[in-house]
Amino acid sequence: MSDKKEPLLVVKNLKQHFPTTSGGLFSKVNGAIRAVDGISFELNAGETLGIVGESGCGKSTTVRSIAQLYRPTSGEVFFDGTDLCKSSEKELARARRDIQMIFQDPYASLDPRMTVRSIIAEPLQIFNKRGLLDTKMTSLEIEEEVEKLMERVGLNKAFKNRYPHEFSGGQRQRIGIARALALNPKIILADEPVSALDVSIQAQILNLLDDLQSELGLTYVFIAHDLAVIQHISTRVAVMYLGKIVELADKAELYNNPAHPYTQALLSAAPIPDPVIEKKRQRIILTGDVPSPDVEQRGCYFQARCPKRMPWCVCHVPPTFDLSEKQKVACWLYDERDLSKISEADAEADAAKSAINKE
Amino acid sequence: MKKKENIVLEVKNLQTHFLTDAGVVKAVDGVSFSVSEGETIGIVGESGSGKSVTNLSIMKLIPSPPGKIVGGEVIFEGQNILDLSEKELREIRGNKISMIFQDPMTSLNPFLKISTQMIETIRLHNKDVSKREAKERSIKLLEDVGIPAARKRIDNYPHQFSGGMRQRVMIAIALSCKAEVLIADEPTTALDVTIQAQILELIQNISKKHKTSVILITHDLGVVAGMCDEVCVMYAGRIVEKSLTDDLYKKPLHPYTEGLIKSVPRMDITDKKDKLFSIEGQPPNVINLPPCCPFHPRCHKAMDVCRCAYPLKNDFDGHEVSCWLYSTDEEKEEALKNAGEN
Repeated sequence: MSDKKEPLLVVKNLKQHFPTTSGGLFSKVNGAIRAVDGISFELNAGETLGIVGESGCGKSTTVRSIAQLYRPTSGEVFFDGTDLCKSSEKELARARRDIQMIFQDPYASLDPRMTVRSIIAEPLQIFNKRGLLDTKMTSLEIEEEVEKLMERVGLNKAFKNRYPHEFSGGQRQRIGIARALALNPKIILADEPVSALDVSIQAQILNLLDDLQSELGLTYVFIAHDLAVIQHISTRVAVMYLGKIVELADKAELYNNPAHPYTQALLSAAPIPDPVIEKKRQRIILTGDVPSPDVEQRGCYFQARCPKRMPWCVCHVPPTFDLSEKQKVACWLYDERDLSKISEADAEADAAKSAINKE
Repeated sequence: MKKKENIVLEVKNLQTHFLTDAGVVKAVDGVSFSVSEGETIGIVGESGSGKSVTNLSIMKLIPSPPGKIVGGEVIFEGQNILDLSEKELREIRGNKISMIFQDPMTSLNPFLKISTQMIETIRLHNKDVSKREAKERSIKLLEDVGIPAARKRIDNYPHQFSGGMRQRVMIAIALSCKAEVLIADEPTTALDVTIQAQILELIQNISKKHKTSVILITHDLGVVAGMCDEVCVMYAGRIVEKSLTDDLYKKPLHPYTEGLIKSVPRMDITDKKDKLFSIEGQPPNVINLPPCCPFHPRCHKAMDVCRCAYPLKNDFDGHEVSCWLYSTDEEKEEALKNAGEN
């Protein structure tokens, strides 16, 4: 790419497989859940990458692998030039100061036995003790910092000695955000931060995240399953299906001209709060459910549910096609050749031939 | 208001309270609505607004104590459900009024095969159906809700189905007795958008085919827009606005409804402002609510009168709203005066 500046985060062919075992006393590994199966993207500073997809498609695993909460099976995650997958624990600790997470469930992600003050101060105290902060902080300075953070996210600092159960869902999510901001990170990985919240509270949190980004120059990786939320917050959007990115495009491109049949179906299935539009809309209703991620498919992972399936798709895994600088899609419809006319037998023969070539 | 025809179920001034150590929680406080044959009515609101309690009360499923239905009537087939004995209720529950619950993972018994659970439901309400007939009917129902290879799948256990499939099984069970009213309590909240679209279409088709009345509880305004004929918006245990769906979205009267509609990010509007409209503050604690408009601390149009009396209900040609904005000056003055005296 002809970029002037280095991207902040580069993910290359990231794979995260979880081994499955036969169970019992002498259990053997007999397969793997391919939660994330070879995804690549780049993210510039100040951008927001939205990741959408259905449950089980690997959105959360992706961000957890980026933060190295799981050590990836293979692939590379470059943050600010260093490969996190190969870093030692010590280097990782330093990198994690710049990479923070916000979690989905504001009830489960805060320790019920800690006060708000100790929750928000904890990252500061840990990094302070290890000497990983730029300058050592005294406990008084940490105290002041906590108060500043609470005010920044819209919490009354008088509440700092309270416990999480005394707060509502939206306020708890604010505590989680304050904790993520404590170390002044460069990138925040937000794993469904608004999906557990009510509509009116969701808008408050989205606005807060927006403000923080413009004020502090944050970069977000933002996961949601709600397409409208993603559209609101993102600059670029990745659509995931069964551990793979099927389409990666600028927001405007993706929402105006969705290229992948799955993206098209997702967009048409998302309800719009306007009865006049709703009644006129044509839905693409997908049949069936998402297949299990423990089997490696021969062809496109979406073909079983795809309304535009061709015989070719059954036995060929689609590569990523660049439709433009701003839009990448993994679908055979965009191959230069017209594959729709190829018969089943020819497609199978071709697949068999390329399998032999590979060996 | 245009008189509704063929009313199947009518809820009148329903009140359900919970007695807790901290005080009385008026979870539902005077809710009235009616559903006619084949109509789909939506109940929207945030968590804690009393949507689910309303519908559990209709079936008299409120755990008591601590819950208690303290007032109101639910008229179904000419009788008040709330006066019926447990035995009589059993005739209605699942048979004439059935429910689909939110979480398809927990509403099926994990120890029993799907066939056992379906046959149980059918034979419970229809004693003269043989087991074999009931099973045949179950297979037919599963096919109707779109489960492939139903004959084979019926002998599976719930854990062998995905979330969307389990919700279909739940719908099939709910339909097994050809209920006249189907209460769907957040039927798609736990599901993904593509599966949600399938399930909603299924419910819609059933409602059309069998003229089933549907009460759809949801917090998703998009779902309501596509599905419902009429909408009730609930806030702190009361219906604050009730109207035909088209009118409600075109011209929301209550500031809360207006805020809700505006605060949802929308995919279809491309030239958007950077900021979402947001309703400030938190939903109120419903324990010992003062006698005022419960929305006033968050309302951008709040007036003095909102702080001291609950608003009157105004009816604009079937579009009902409880908000002081639409009351006359005399009414407001009187309310202020009464509040001053107390």
